[in-house]
Amino acid sequence: MSPRPFRIRRISNPPPVSGFKPYGNKKSGIKADSIFLHIEEYEAIRLCDHEMLNHNQAAILMAVSRPTLTRIYARARQKIAEALVMGRQIIIEGGKIYFDSEWYKCKACGCFFNNPEKDEEVKECPLCRSSNFSGYNQSINELEEPVARCNDY
Amino acid sequence: MKIAITSSGNSLESKLDQRFGRCGFFVIYDTETRGVEFIPNPNKDAQEGAGPASVQLVASRNVEKIVSGEFGIKIKSLLDSLKIQMIILKQPEKSISEIIEMLNN
Repeated sequence: MSPRPFRIRRISNPPPVSGFKPYGNKKSGIKADSIFLHIEEYEAIRLCDHEMLNHNQAAILMAVSRPTLTRIYARARQKIAEALVMGRQIIIEGGKIYFDSEWYKCKACGCFFNNPEKDEEVKECPLCRSSNFSGYNQSINELEEPVARCNDY
Repeated sequence: MKIAITSSGNSLESKLDQRFGRCGFFVIYDTETRGVEFIPNPNKDAQEGAGPASVQLVASRNVEKIVSGEFGIKIKSLLDSLKIQMIILKQPEKSISEIIEMLNN
């Protein structure tokens, strides 16, 4: 029997830097290997510890199940702890991921467009400058229903 | 700001190409100078990898938006990480000059 294929993790933005380097080595001569923190693990840390979401909300944003998110998160913390204690370099790369952005449909010219600048709100259609557009696919911010069912705010 | 439009021919009367990676020509339109540049697509008949190669070509011209009929599965994540906006226009009868006119309004 073959195992179930795992879900590709959804990432909202690539990390701002590609890694971290230790400095001020106290014990000379230790040349440890780098730690490879996957982008999905970076995203789990970002959602849980920076955006302060709970695991259930973070799991929905990454399009994985809650237990999977918890495992990704646990692995991320273990790797970061390892890097801090052993004085290793962290390289953020890899993981089976895809980047996601929200899509909109313009009702005036019938085009679809996305918004790569997530911090800025879309005010007009980039093609015909009409303000008559709507969100196309389900917004990832629609967390209300599953969270309410779980009752774990 | 520069905008790339996929075109099937190398004139302003040409129609919008519905494919991104294997389109005939890229039109680079500059909204400030209103200059138009036609670039023939070297990946037109590529067996595979036409999308990423085309993204590289277009990204090297510093465009911020791309107008096309369709974007492949490999391209969406690439353009998202490059912060280039995708505009999908499923109207094959639209000509390049009409699209440029829409962008100018």
